[in-house]
Amino acid sequence: MTYVHLTDADRAEMLETIGVSSVEELFRDIPEGVRFGRALDLGDPYSEQEIVERLEELAALNRPAGEEISFLGAGVYDHYVTAIVDAILQRGEFLTAYTPYQPELSQGVLQALFEYQTVICELTGMDVSNASGYDGTTVAADACFIAKHATGRTKVVLAESVNPQVRQVVRTYAPGFGLDVVDVPHRDGITDPDELRAAAEDAACVIFQQPNFFGCLEPAPDLAAASSDAGALPVAHVDPVSLGVLEAPGEYGCAIAIGEGQGAGNPLSFGGPHYGFIAAREEFTRRMPGRIVGETTDVDGQRGYVLTLQTREQHIRREKATSNITTNQTLLALGGLIQLCWLGPQGLRELGETCMALAEHAKERIGLPLVFPERTTFKEFAIRVGRPAAEVIRSARTKGIHPGYPLGRDYEGMDDVLLVAVTERRSLDDIEELAEVLTA
Amino acid sequence: MKLIFERSREGRRAARLPRNEDLPVPEVPSELRRSRPPRLPELPELEIVRHFTELTTRNFGIDTGFYPLGSCTMKYNPRVNERVVALPGFRDLHPHQGEDGAQGALELMYELQDMLAEITGLDAVSLQPAAGSQGELTGLMLMRAFFADRGEGDRRRKVVVADTAHGTNPASVTMAGYELVKVDTDKRGNIDLDDLRAKVDDETAGLMLTNPSTLGLFDEHIEEIARIFHEAGGLLYYDGANLNAVCGISRPGDMGFDIVHINLHKTFSQPHGGGGPGGGPIVVREPLEPFLPVPAVVREGSAFRLDYDRPKTIGKVRGFTGPFGVFVRSYAFIRSYGPALREMSEVAVLNANYLLARLREAYELPFERLCMHEFVLSARNLKREHGITALDVAKRLMDYGFHPPTIYFPLIVPEALMIEPTETEAKETLDDFCDAMLEIAREAGERPELLKEAPHRRPVRRLDEVKAAKRAIVRYRFDDHPELEGKPSEGEALEAQKGA
Repeated sequence: MTYVHLTDADRAEMLETIGVSSVEELFRDIPEGVRFGRALDLGDPYSEQEIVERLEELAALNRPAGEEISFLGAGVYDHYVTAIVDAILQRGEFLTAYTPYQPELSQGVLQALFEYQTVICELTGMDVSNASGYDGTTVAADACFIAKHATGRTKVVLAESVNPQVRQVVRTYAPGFGLDVVDVPHRDGITDPDELRAAAEDAACVIFQQPNFFGCLEPAPDLAAASSDAGALPVAHVDPVSLGVLEAPGEYGCAIAIGEGQGAGNPLSFGGPHYGFIAAREEFTRRMPGRIVGETTDVDGQRGYVLTLQTREQHIRREKATSNITTNQTLLALGGLIQLCWLGPQGLRELGETCMALAEHAKERIGLPLVFPERTTFKEFAIRVGRPAAEVIRSARTKGIHPGYPLGRDYEGMDDVLLVAVTERRSLDDIEELAEVLTA
Repeated sequence: MKLIFERSREGRRAARLPRNEDLPVPEVPSELRRSRPPRLPELPELEIVRHFTELTTRNFGIDTGFYPLGSCTMKYNPRVNERVVALPGFRDLHPHQGEDGAQGALELMYELQDMLAEITGLDAVSLQPAAGSQGELTGLMLMRAFFADRGEGDRRRKVVVADTAHGTNPASVTMAGYELVKVDTDKRGNIDLDDLRAKVDDETAGLMLTNPSTLGLFDEHIEEIARIFHEAGGLLYYDGANLNAVCGISRPGDMGFDIVHINLHKTFSQPHGGGGPGGGPIVVREPLEPFLPVPAVVREGSAFRLDYDRPKTIGKVRGFTGPFGVFVRSYAFIRSYGPALREMSEVAVLNANYLLARLREAYELPFERLCMHEFVLSARNLKREHGITALDVAKRLMDYGFHPPTIYFPLIVPEALMIEPTETEAKETLDDFCDAMLEIAREAGERPELLKEAPHRRPVRRLDEVKAAKRAIVRYRFDDHPELEGKPSEGEALEAQKGA
């Protein structure tokens, strides 16, 4: 299969116009010593049909969510995505466009991103959102970079109850940013505000997660206050699906809100591509990373949208930019926008309530000891299964059920702990089957 | 056109969710409970579909028309790739599924790694980085880890970047905690070797270079450049933004580069979706492999596994193993060509040179050479003679149905027009584009107001970017939304980089 279509006559005519005798001659500037002397060893070209057959063969070796009753979550969730997301995103005018550098040709994407920014600000209670970050991990590193420059401090504090991958990405970025990273341990599944306050002395920011990685609701307003007391910017990592039910970070004093958008509008896709979001209070507008769309007028006074505040960005500001990001996750963010418009305020609240109710019901039906029985949870909870979680997963899967994520992978003393996620896609029958398998 | 919030009416809705009416909803402690609902729009489904459909009619993609945006490699995005990425076995696969339930995904990634190693002429791959600029940052983190491991981390603080580089290069240098050293371009568009020699010493960690450069020129001294760095103990980083010029023709590893990132959304046809997603895998020489992000995708016998046991790893630069859906599309794309990737690059270069040959009579050519997959012209002759800028040319091209080239980049060429046709265009399209460009150059002399006032046939006319930055209205504020001044604006479009 090839997507190149020049006839021999085209080629001859073009070479003549250029004034060379062969295609080979076009490469005369490449020194002899660095030319590649053989054919690439990549196998024979496939026809379109063969591509489909090969990829169907590979896809068949996987066990997607639809082939099991899956209670996996831990940062990526099996929420329903409306059919209109695909229908719109597959339109070539969106799918095959580049970054909207030329606004007169890009009002579609620009306006949609302005709407996306508004939706993210509404969910999080913030004033400014960018047009998306890579995922829910890298936006945490972005928040640290903003906080470092806003406060002049060189330490960041991470609650241990934040998604381990988020913490690992922050630790990977930190040395380049000149930042030290300090963890605050959880106490029975949540973070203690006093401990957080002590750790936040001299810190640029504090990142906590609501609901946290264990599914528990943190005392988020107290954590934000503790962080602010210490002069550190409070940063909440939030699940968009929870924000019809749970308070917006802006309402309890956070400076920045970040999160993984996947659950709102993106398929699981083995971990990506998804969209990360980052939103902040107005005072941080000019420290934000990446693309931001702003409203303006054309020469006739008509409303329109453009990429704006570009003096923050790498292509203008180069080594003094607020970030190196260029390509972001626009199409996935548009998926999020469409899904959230489809849900609407009522649907989003109902979705949160449904997940919460099902998760609570699952706790009762399973009947195994909760690791953090005192805590309110959202759609995920941790249970002790009485033997190595890996073993339980293995045996459950032989019965067509994936019972959850083994928390012992990230936390000491939790080898017998499963993190169970219950979304609206799981039925009461599914929960009965899970209970049966876990308690057998 | 209205914003979706302006179409909203209280009480309307699209979604209906499955409800388990008998289940009690647990109480959320009052201080954690949402106090005011988010003002998401309230619309029936058809209204949502119509809104976004109308938005698509106000947008331009490769499917709409020719898109010669330099350094962005806007080639055809095969639709079959959209079909395969939507297979439930890929689309609905949870990243924590476990290796035995994800063998097909791991095999695909493993094979893609092998393909990228072959194409770049290097040894080990990490697919993790989310985009080109994250690949750059990851590569610089690898440099840091590599030199720290050799006890040279404190000494080697400087990274050399060409003055033609994408803005991401210097921005990545800063984010990686390195010190930037800029090197000049010489009269033929190569790196100035004298300037380079003066700037490389035992405090240099490495070089970041795009080759062919953003001028569309292959650096004729690449072997000497590699020698200078390797003799000083430094590493060479290849910005793969322009890899579309050289697949199967010259490999970065053979040029002497030690670390490469590849833009899967450029060379390997991941659709760019109006700004993303992308993919920025990195490929390295063997001594750098221990530092790559975790997990690595490895093969054991006939099975594939994720290996986290890499004691020297830099860590993780994003979640999981990277943007998997992007891998599916690029895998399909590379399989479709196989070794004919060479022909892909040859035609990309042929198309670019054809445009160059036809356009040079009307626009200035700053470097008198054949080009690779793209080239840079200057509209300074039009500016000098008629007061017409690169921006005016770009806007007028829209009236002819084309997306403009990248403009005002690279920075070393005044009034730059950076043109990249890619390999997938028919000769007729190339000719139509040339005819339009030549006509525009004539119009510049005869009817300059046509260009100054362009575009004429888009849903909006020239937009005021200065006003946008001053107002900084970056979200809808409902009843508190500030009024747009009714009077026409200056239409001040910034004469600053658009594209790349």
